[in-house]
Amino acid sequence: MKKNDQPSLLRRDGTAKLLSSLISIVVGLLVGGIVVLVVGLTSDNISTSGALEGFELIFAGILSTGRDAAGNLTWGFNPASIGNMLFRATPIIMTGLSVAVAFKTGLFNIGAPGQYLMGTAATLFVALSIPAGALPGWLVWILAFLAGCAAGAIWGAIPGLVKAFLNINEVLACIMTNWIAANVVTWLFDSSNLKNVVESTKSGYIYKTTFGLVDGQYVAGRGIATPKLGLDKLFPGSQINAGIIIAIIAAIGMYILMNKTTLGYELKACGANRHAARYAGIRDKRNIVLSMAIAGALAASGAALYYLSGNTEFFWTTYQSLPAEGFNGIPVALLALNNPIGVVFAGIFMAMLRIVGLQLTNLTAYNEYITDVIISVIVYLSAFSLVIRMFLTSRKKRRAAEPKPEPEPEPEPPEEKATETVVEEEKGGDEK
Amino acid sequence: MTFLIQQTLLYAIPLMIVALAGVFAERSGIINLALEGIMIFGAFIGVLFVRLMSESSAFLAAKAAGDWLSLQGLELLAMLAAAVMGAVFSLLLSFASINLRADQTIGGTALNLMAPALVLFFVRVIANQNTLFSVDAASWFMIKRSTLGIERGTDLGFFGNTFLVQIYLATYICIFLFVILSIVLYKTRFGLRLRACGENPHAADSLGINVSKMRYVGTTISGALAGMGGFVYSLTTANCTANGDVAGFGFLALAVMIFGNWKPLNIAFASILFGLFKCIAAAYTSIDINGDGVFALSTLGISPHFYRMLPYIITLLVLAFTSKSSRAPKAEGIPYDKSKR
Repeated sequence: MKKNDQPSLLRRDGTAKLLSSLISIVVGLLVGGIVVLVVGLTSDNISTSGALEGFELIFAGILSTGRDAAGNLTWGFNPASIGNMLFRATPIIMTGLSVAVAFKTGLFNIGAPGQYLMGTAATLFVALSIPAGALPGWLVWILAFLAGCAAGAIWGAIPGLVKAFLNINEVLACIMTNWIAANVVTWLFDSSNLKNVVESTKSGYIYKTTFGLVDGQYVAGRGIATPKLGLDKLFPGSQINAGIIIAIIAAIGMYILMNKTTLGYELKACGANRHAARYAGIRDKRNIVLSMAIAGALAASGAALYYLSGNTEFFWTTYQSLPAEGFNGIPVALLALNNPIGVVFAGIFMAMLRIVGLQLTNLTAYNEYITDVIISVIVYLSAFSLVIRMFLTSRKKRRAAEPKPEPEPEPEPPEEKATETVVEEEKGGDEK
Repeated sequence: MTFLIQQTLLYAIPLMIVALAGVFAERSGIINLALEGIMIFGAFIGVLFVRLMSESSAFLAAKAAGDWLSLQGLELLAMLAAAVMGAVFSLLLSFASINLRADQTIGGTALNLMAPALVLFFVRVIANQNTLFSVDAASWFMIKRSTLGIERGTDLGFFGNTFLVQIYLATYICIFLFVILSIVLYKTRFGLRLRACGENPHAADSLGINVSKMRYVGTTISGALAGMGGFVYSLTTANCTANGDVAGFGFLALAVMIFGNWKPLNIAFASILFGLFKCIAAAYTSIDINGDGVFALSTLGISPHFYRMLPYIITLLVLAFTSKSSRAPKAEGIPYDKSKR
């Protein structure tokens, strides 16, 4: 009983938060698995064993290594999958940070797709417009990256400005700026000469940044690409590059900004209670605009990192669809409970789900959209993570109040379902 | 001019009915950000229903016999199916935001993510491609001269040409429902109670109104209207196809609702305005305003991208000018807590 002076690990608030996220993940995966099973068992095209394989892949697709000669699924360490997971995690971590920072200021940044698109456009225009050899490659890379960030910051500041000064709901303003951005970007590329005519097997794509401008012509291999820093040796066959390291550094930077600086304190104060913050002498309008600008820059830098990698192509007639990376920032931030360090792990988890979706498409009769179903269930559950947390803590309090000493009456740890290494990693991360 | 009016109506009517869906939810105190998702889901259900029915023998017989009445009946049934499933889908939002007092914005966003994911997943399983077609359902359902038993090529005058032919029954059903439901919301005891829950739920509760039940009713009506609106949108503007996308119409409807100040008449006006801009964006190359054979808008030489982003820019501008004077329901977005004051 006296042990309660020092709360045990399972009694801490952080543990309840982590548990609620893990419950969301497990339930989300289970729902995805059940949908796959039900569809498989009721559909004529999919056999029972196919349905079971789909179910297995949902939970452990990252460890799948394809099929053997007999047609059975094989499992093991798949360096290409893990490397691609980290590569795809890079933009999602950045958009997740974007949404998380805005959330801390009490703003729901659903405008990440628009900011991401503006970042894409600015980055590609700078990277492809500077003639090859005019400047050192690393300088072009940095200029393109900064141009992307600046474009995103400006685009993010627009909803912030109308929220701060005209009191327009930022959700609506963000959605409108998303569609405006989609049209602006299509328009810009439509009237540019960056459309890929060298590799014109596929139409509608912009040159990769590995193409350089030589005497008015685009030549492959003369452009720029994010350095790999040997990571491609670690994960052979994957697209991984140093972008993931930059994303992790950005997450640590945002953690320091939000938790250790005056600016971070002011932003959080505005999020907690805008009017109280103003009463305390904090310039609330400036902070709202600033928060959205930072969020925009983060989302756009995700785009910059993705398209500067050198092996990604941008499909420019985007006016009818918004990039999924932008929307995926929302579940990442919710799952990480807006903790910048948690965003890294949540982003890697989401990227793992994407890989799982691809494995499902490649290996079974299912398709990758089941990933989005799982993600949306996770978002839905995280909407009432507060309720789950309240439930968890109230149970503990009630048990603690009981006079009889009980031997650790805590809810069972969810490890039994956490078969993936990533989930375990995430757990380790949030306990920092 | 006939073309312009008809095209505008095609876009304005779904916007109007979905904006009214938003009003029902918000007047009861729930922010329904999921309108877009429910529309997507409703469109899928309606198209799937038409697709399944079009394979049945009863339907084939009716079509062969030229029985237009039963075809219109099928259209109504599909609208009903979309409405019912839209209402069921919206229960997810009601449950999260009323019973669990979750954040309504996040709950709505979850549904907005879930609907296209589920729809695309099932469309891929059913049709093995990303779009679900129902052959040429849109042309079966369209009311033509032959439907009304009029000789092909007969001139019905301006009024007849515009409002009697080349139009869908769904459009008029939506207008009818819009009028009826607006009266219900503003002139009946039920409507007053519903609105009370969105303005001051504690006062409503003290007078014996069950706030949770009223909010459930509000969001369920909202879901039904949005689901139906989604199918009407896909039938009239997307040729009766479902591909997990309604081009941001749900969000535009929310903007229409705010612009219309949560009042039906203003919403009707606002949705016609937005429908006009949507129509210009979609068909500016073939709009002949005064009938002299000159397509004025396409001769201006403005990029089509400009017209496409016009509705969204106008929305932003309109919100900028109206948001100061707009009056949202006071208790919207706040979970009802009996013990709070």
